[in-house]
Amino acid sequence: MATYLEFIQQNEERDGVRFSWNVWPSSRLEATRMVVPLACILTPLKERPDLPPVQYEPVLCSRPTCKAILNPLCQVDYRAKLWACNFCFQRNQFPPAYAGISEVNQPAELMPQFSTVEYVIQRGAQSPLIFLYVVDTCLEEDDLQALKESLQMSLSLLPPDALVGLITFGRMVQVHELSCEGISKSYVFRGTKDLTAKQIQDMLGLTKPAVPVHPARPAQPQEHPSISSRFLQPIHKIDMNLTDLLGELQRDPWPVPQGKRPLRSTGVALSIAVGLLEGTFPNTGARIMLFIGGPPTQGPGMVVGDELKVPIRSWHDIEKDNARFMKKATKHYEMLANRAAANGHCVDIYACALDQTGLLEMKCCTNLTGGHMVMGDSFNTSLFKQTFQRIFSKDFNGNFRMAFGATLEVKTSRELKVAGAIGPCVSLNVKGPCVSENELGVGGTSQWKICGLDPTSTLGIYFEVVNQHNAPIPQGGRGAIQFVTHYQHSSTQRRIRVTTIARNWADAQSQLKHIEAAFDQEAAAVLMARLGVFRAESEEGPDVLRWLDRQLIRLCQKFGQYTKEDPASFRLSDSFSLYPQFMFHLRRSPFLQVFNNSPDESSYYRHHFARQDLTQSLIMIQPILYSYSFHGPPEPVLLDSSSILADRILLMDTFFQIVIYLGETIAQWQKAGYQDMPEYENFKHLLQAPLDDAQEILHTRFPMPRYINTEHGGSQARFLLSKVNPSQTHNNLYAWGQETGAPILTDDVSLQVFMDHLKKLAVSSAC
Amino acid sequence: MNVNQSAPPVPPFGQPQPVYLGHHQSSYGGQPGPTTAPTSYGAYNGPVPGYQQTPPPGVSRAPPSSGAPPASTAQGPCGQTAYGQFGQGDVQNGPSSTVQMQRLPGYQPFGSAILAPVVSQPAVLQPYGPPPTSAQVTAQLAGMQISGTVAPASPPSGLGYGPPTSLASASGSFPNSGLYGSYPQGQAPPLGQAQGHPGTQPPQRSVPLQASSFTPPASGGPRMPSMTGPPLPGQSFGGPPVSQPNHVSSPAPQALPPGTQMTGPPGPPLPPMHSSQQPGYQLQQNGSFGPTRGPQSNYGSPYPGAATFGSQPGPPQPLPPKRLDPDAIPSPIQVIEDDRNNRGSEPFVTGVRGQVPPLVTTNFLVKDQGNASPRYIRCTSYNIPCTSDMAKQAQVPLAAVIKPLARLPPEEASPYVVDHGESGPLRCNRCKAYMCPFMQFVEGGRRFQCCFCSCINDVPPQYFQHLDHTGKRVDAYDRPELSLGSYEFLATVDYCKNNKFPSPPAFIFMIDVSYNAIRSGLVRLLCEELKSLLDFLPREGGAEESAIRVGFVTYNKVLHFYNVKSSLAQPQMMVVSDVGDMFVPLLDGFLVNVNESQAVITSLLDQIPEMFADTRETETVFAPVIQAGMEALKAAECAGKLFLFHTSLPIAEAPGKLKNRDDRKLINTDKEKTLFQPQTGAYQTLAKECVAQGCCVDLFLFPNQYVDVATLSVVPQLTGGSVYKYACFQVENDQERFLSDLRRDVQKVVGFDAVMRVRTSTGIRAVDFFGAFYMNNTTDVELAGLDGDKTVTVEFKHDDRLNEENGALMQCALLYTSCAGQRRLRIHNLALNCCTQLADLYRNCETDTLINYMAKFAYRGVLSSPVKTVRDTLITQCAQILACYRKNCASPSSAGQLILPECMKLLPVYLNCVLKSDVLQPGAEVTTDDRAYVRQLVTSMDVAETNVFFYPRLLPLTKSPIENTTEPPAVRASEERLSNGDIYLLENGLNLFLWVGASVQQGVVQSLFGVSSFSQITSGLSVLPVLDNLLSKKVQGLIDSLRAQRSRYMKLIVVKQEDKLETLFKHFLVEDKSLSGGASYVDFLCHMHKEIRQLLS
Repeated sequence: MATYLEFIQQNEERDGVRFSWNVWPSSRLEATRMVVPLACILTPLKERPDLPPVQYEPVLCSRPTCKAILNPLCQVDYRAKLWACNFCFQRNQFPPAYAGISEVNQPAELMPQFSTVEYVIQRGAQSPLIFLYVVDTCLEEDDLQALKESLQMSLSLLPPDALVGLITFGRMVQVHELSCEGISKSYVFRGTKDLTAKQIQDMLGLTKPAVPVHPARPAQPQEHPSISSRFLQPIHKIDMNLTDLLGELQRDPWPVPQGKRPLRSTGVALSIAVGLLEGTFPNTGARIMLFIGGPPTQGPGMVVGDELKVPIRSWHDIEKDNARFMKKATKHYEMLANRAAANGHCVDIYACALDQTGLLEMKCCTNLTGGHMVMGDSFNTSLFKQTFQRIFSKDFNGNFRMAFGATLEVKTSRELKVAGAIGPCVSLNVKGPCVSENELGVGGTSQWKICGLDPTSTLGIYFEVVNQHNAPIPQGGRGAIQFVTHYQHSSTQRRIRVTTIARNWADAQSQLKHIEAAFDQEAAAVLMARLGVFRAESEEGPDVLRWLDRQLIRLCQKFGQYTKEDPASFRLSDSFSLYPQFMFHLRRSPFLQVFNNSPDESSYYRHHFARQDLTQSLIMIQPILYSYSFHGPPEPVLLDSSSILADRILLMDTFFQIVIYLGETIAQWQKAGYQDMPEYENFKHLLQAPLDDAQEILHTRFPMPRYINTEHGGSQARFLLSKVNPSQTHNNLYAWGQETGAPILTDDVSLQVFMDHLKKLAVSSAC
Repeated sequence: MNVNQSAPPVPPFGQPQPVYLGHHQSSYGGQPGPTTAPTSYGAYNGPVPGYQQTPPPGVSRAPPSSGAPPASTAQGPCGQTAYGQFGQGDVQNGPSSTVQMQRLPGYQPFGSAILAPVVSQPAVLQPYGPPPTSAQVTAQLAGMQISGTVAPASPPSGLGYGPPTSLASASGSFPNSGLYGSYPQGQAPPLGQAQGHPGTQPPQRSVPLQASSFTPPASGGPRMPSMTGPPLPGQSFGGPPVSQPNHVSSPAPQALPPGTQMTGPPGPPLPPMHSSQQPGYQLQQNGSFGPTRGPQSNYGSPYPGAATFGSQPGPPQPLPPKRLDPDAIPSPIQVIEDDRNNRGSEPFVTGVRGQVPPLVTTNFLVKDQGNASPRYIRCTSYNIPCTSDMAKQAQVPLAAVIKPLARLPPEEASPYVVDHGESGPLRCNRCKAYMCPFMQFVEGGRRFQCCFCSCINDVPPQYFQHLDHTGKRVDAYDRPELSLGSYEFLATVDYCKNNKFPSPPAFIFMIDVSYNAIRSGLVRLLCEELKSLLDFLPREGGAEESAIRVGFVTYNKVLHFYNVKSSLAQPQMMVVSDVGDMFVPLLDGFLVNVNESQAVITSLLDQIPEMFADTRETETVFAPVIQAGMEALKAAECAGKLFLFHTSLPIAEAPGKLKNRDDRKLINTDKEKTLFQPQTGAYQTLAKECVAQGCCVDLFLFPNQYVDVATLSVVPQLTGGSVYKYACFQVENDQERFLSDLRRDVQKVVGFDAVMRVRTSTGIRAVDFFGAFYMNNTTDVELAGLDGDKTVTVEFKHDDRLNEENGALMQCALLYTSCAGQRRLRIHNLALNCCTQLADLYRNCETDTLINYMAKFAYRGVLSSPVKTVRDTLITQCAQILACYRKNCASPSSAGQLILPECMKLLPVYLNCVLKSDVLQPGAEVTTDDRAYVRQLVTSMDVAETNVFFYPRLLPLTKSPIENTTEPPAVRASEERLSNGDIYLLENGLNLFLWVGASVQQGVVQSLFGVSSFSQITSGLSVLPVLDNLLSKKVQGLIDSLRAQRSRYMKLIVVKQEDKLETLFKHFLVEDKSLSGGASYVDFLCHMHKEIRQLLS
């Protein structure tokens, strides 16, 4: 058998799943002693070019409480045409279509390599994709222009039958009617008044009009779609119209007095967008795309007043309970997010402004609905433009990399229960036999709704082993988990993706080694980080850090090899060796540290952390640092201040930023213009290499990272300096006495100090 | 007189008859009627037989009646004529209405019953009234009533018989209506019995009727008074003598001695008449009325006739038609004509204090020499009593009708604009009055004494000027404010809202696009018109283009705003459906310069009708629309005007939602006032906001049914706007009228965001204001908008003594924003005389203005009091005014005489018109909306408008030679003045009728209508064909010139004699009894007389 590393990788490739533990402790008690919970990172729609969807519907277990889907783990009696559910052991008859089934003629879902199968549901009317643009017009002229262009561009990327709608807002909110010719019409709403869904629908004329029906002509049921279509039209019909409309879009015309912010009715605009879709296309995949260039300043959901002299809330204000609008606004957006989620609509927020835009308050809109959150300085930046363009990127089949209205259902075998999920989802509150009483993340349910997801959307799913210690699982027993994801594919098909995995049980007392070896420290780090970040949303920062530290210490105590009270003796096995380092960087990361970050930035970082897959998450936790030099090919180096050398070029990828840093000497050379001299062409190449690599990253990353090109002593170098491990600081520079590296001016502890403490605490018998 | 009458077997009846007689006479004598008369008689005779059958019963009852039959034969003619006369007023009403029939029967019984007593008349009468004279009067009154009633009776006959000759029928019919109206009480009872009557011959009927009327009085003395009409006859008797006194009192310009006049009139009356009524007439002072005949001696003449009658007591039987001679009572036409002739030629120079200007009906030029032109200010009296006691005694309201922005004829210069630079206009420090010609400069010109409050003020150095030897400033004639009655100041920034010069105003067109508006074609028509109309927005002086910006809104249940910014290729529509909380969705691009956005606006106006062509939305909102317009102006920080085009009752769920509360059952109850009150207070609140913003609202209504004008017009009313109403609007029929009104309304010069203040010299004070405006306090009249048609009537009261030497001054200052956005002050000054003698007061009154005031007063009264109370108040006040005159100014004479001051001799007839107007006495066909509409219209009418509105002009078209292109002299608004061989135009400022007599020459018909015969004329036609002949051109020209004189386009309605539309037409023949119960002129005059007599005794 291959190494666990390979096994893990293989599983990830095939199923999009990585578990913290790949061999599961067989009893509840032992499981809790493992410190890191049994959990997995699941990418429900992981791209599988090699997996053609099957064009039939899955076979379900007939037990009403189970309804698990036929999978390779099921026992099949080919002669009797029966199969036994591996979750509830119910024996089921195959449906008539499976009459020809035999050992040699197996349906795909029974083949072991098809632990993940995608079914296409043929039933039901297909509804087109819906894109509702909600555009802030309180922008600077060039910003608005750039945004308009981006929007117009996006129209060309949409499938022709997609429905589009447009809402613009500033002081007022305008819902544009797209069906008309000649005069462009829009419905206007006051930006200060919170309207109920019913009111909105009444005012938009979405409710069935009390038209005096001619007795001769019976009421036509077709009338309804035509009404809603006033605001949502197939792109092929109104392409020109909408392009012109966007072209004519003006800045919000209301004068903004000196010392005031423009009045921006984001809250009402979003409320109307949600209400509009709610009234017209409930339970149909739809994407509300909110573009904002500043904070909401009036009406429900306002984040800051319009007085410029009163700045928008900071973490400091929040800690001092001094953010007067925050609670109300958050409540407003939460309400909207929940409504949107209930209707299967997702909300994207594209916030481009130099100051904060209220993402903190609005984050739930994206987090609960699986929408994107993009933060930039201006709409007139490639960061926004390319990010936005990438939303509409297509897969190898020419379909959008987006899916809508998904529900994820988790089924477990009896020894397990599901404790919760962390990711861009909301609970559907489906109680079932496999729902644990303990919650980790969003729990209390076995189903979650993910209104918008893409191939990289990743959830952390947490389990609880419930098998009692005194009820041993027979040797070779395997626990199984089935993930069933119903979703609307971007081709408008309804599909179901089913992933069934199984892992061995092991007795933690006798087979700890196995369990230990099957530890996936990367997955574990991400899963723990998600838990930490999840907690950080509701708890005080220091508490979360303390909790994280305690978990780490306990883990080290459990799996480290040491002599009591002798820190020097402490060792960790390979499968754990990186974990403390992850934790060290996690503690320093913006996901848990709010220092130096605005509340919006924190929300933004956390948003992405809670939805990216494992690799990206790890980059976020511990940025990658590459070094380029004449000494050899580019190599990854330690994220440490010692890596900052004068004759190197460094490329750091923190997921959110790509930093290219020229060492002192390199920078001098560059200033001297050596790269332009033919005889120093190699220098030119050296300079070019990190740029090329950066481009490669930029091309694949969503959202576009901030691209920073800096050099030794450059102000932007702070991005690098804040990330590296401060092994050399002004405090210990001379003590180390080495000439390499660059000192970091910080009081933060370095990894070395952190490890020292960790060891000390781990070996201490005090705790 | 009673005695005389009594002589005949049927004295009581006789009395009434006399009245008729009088009428007859006049009609016969004066009118062409006679020719027709014979036929009519014939007709009657015919019918008579039928009736006769019934008469038997009557006869049986009363022996005297037996006598009557003969009378019938003899009287027949008289009676008929009599009817004819009365009828003229009421004619058609009578015939058409079933009422007549009913009444008839009723009458008989009464008649019969009464007859007996009647015989004894004299005796009977006496019992009624303790003092003989009064008794007589009452008796006479009764008689009058009777006659009145009689008339009605006859109509039925007329109807029944009518067929034979058109004329006859007409004549017959008239009497009925008129009489009935006034005496409903008496009649009602008769109804039951009426049937009996038919039998009696027409003449007889008249008699019986009278009898019936009598009976009621008999039962209760008080009743009599209530009868408006009847009293007259009694009064009339006194006639001859009265005339003289009148003359005395009023130094009428007429040279004719009373006596002569007397004689004159007498002539006309027919001999037969005399015989019957003589006694009555004498008693009556009809004579006083009579004067009408004579040029101005009026009083004397008519009655003289009576006198003559009196002399011929002879034949009792002829009695039946005892009546006032309509020609003998003061004639508005005559008065107007005289004034025209006497004062129309010379310019009216305003230099002299307390000068009574020519009548509004007279064309005259004004030279401003220190007092405001009467076009700006007219007063009820130009000589004010010095003390409040006097004023109270006289009861003459002291009021000024002010039209601050009145348009002037091209020959007169509009007020000069004075610019005092940064210091602004010079004002009195204490009372803030503006510099005017009455200010006295003292101390060599270094100071001036305020003429209003007597405060001594310093003259600022830059304004200093030396005085000449008369104490006048040397530069007095160089400065408008020192030499003219009206002028303007340029206002400084201190006079502006928020201390900021205003931006140019804006017009917002707000168009109802609900189903009704689309279907009627209104929206298309309007949009088409606006395209060209917008090029003619009012502009200042010589400005090349108007500074006014425009905006557009359409609405049904929701509002649609339009962005018509010039940079747009296409207009943009913005829908606001949150009508509960209205706001303006856009700022930039809503109000635009017409020229800059021409293309976009045209495109918009092209598309509006298309966009809503398929609408099925029937519900509309209203208050939110106004609110939206007001908010838009607020957002644009300017004043302006909203043009609302609205079709239906706003029943959609929104603020200001209304429900249909039209309830005709409320009429004549204490709750009637609620019909005039707004349904909800929301509109008042809204109006206040509008006024604060300088947002004037003009409302064009196109209702198909009840829209609650009373409520909808609240905002226009309080913001100085206008309401136009086009019931059942059809493009084909009403297009011209609507478009003409619209053009005029859009193009007329308007002042915005105005405040008017009237200052007076110590002693009097402006206490009450009438018109379309809002008042936040007791002195400042706030007008969101004010145009040249709007009038404010101000009432003054004493708060101290005045003295004759100084007179009384008033200064009306209007601060407003011109249509170019310039802030200005318009000042009008007027000096009045003061008197210690009541006679001076009565000599310097102006009845037209008085009526203007009284009508407005009454029309406001209906909001708070039952209509009947309002009517009674008017009558009482009028009686008090006249009684005071009689008591204090007229030379001693018999109490039975009715003596009217020369200046006020038309007061009764005009007042009667007011009393029987739709608001105060609605007919069955008058809708609640119409009443509310008229009520608010009158509120801001000027004197000329009220004059013609209450007393319509009736112009004969075919009387004068075709070549004569001047306006033909009007005739009195009474049916008896119509001849069926002629064509008449009637106009009252709102309506225009072309009445075609049934026997008009074919040639005339051909040249006017392009058809060959009377029967081919389409009834209700609203446009005359354009034909190339003199008559057609002349008529067209006349119609055009009439329309040009009025602020609203009058839609022409062609009415054929005998056609059903004629009822409508007759409604405007105000001297006749009206179908709704309004008294005829004669009847009312009698009633007034009685009231006065009561006061005097």
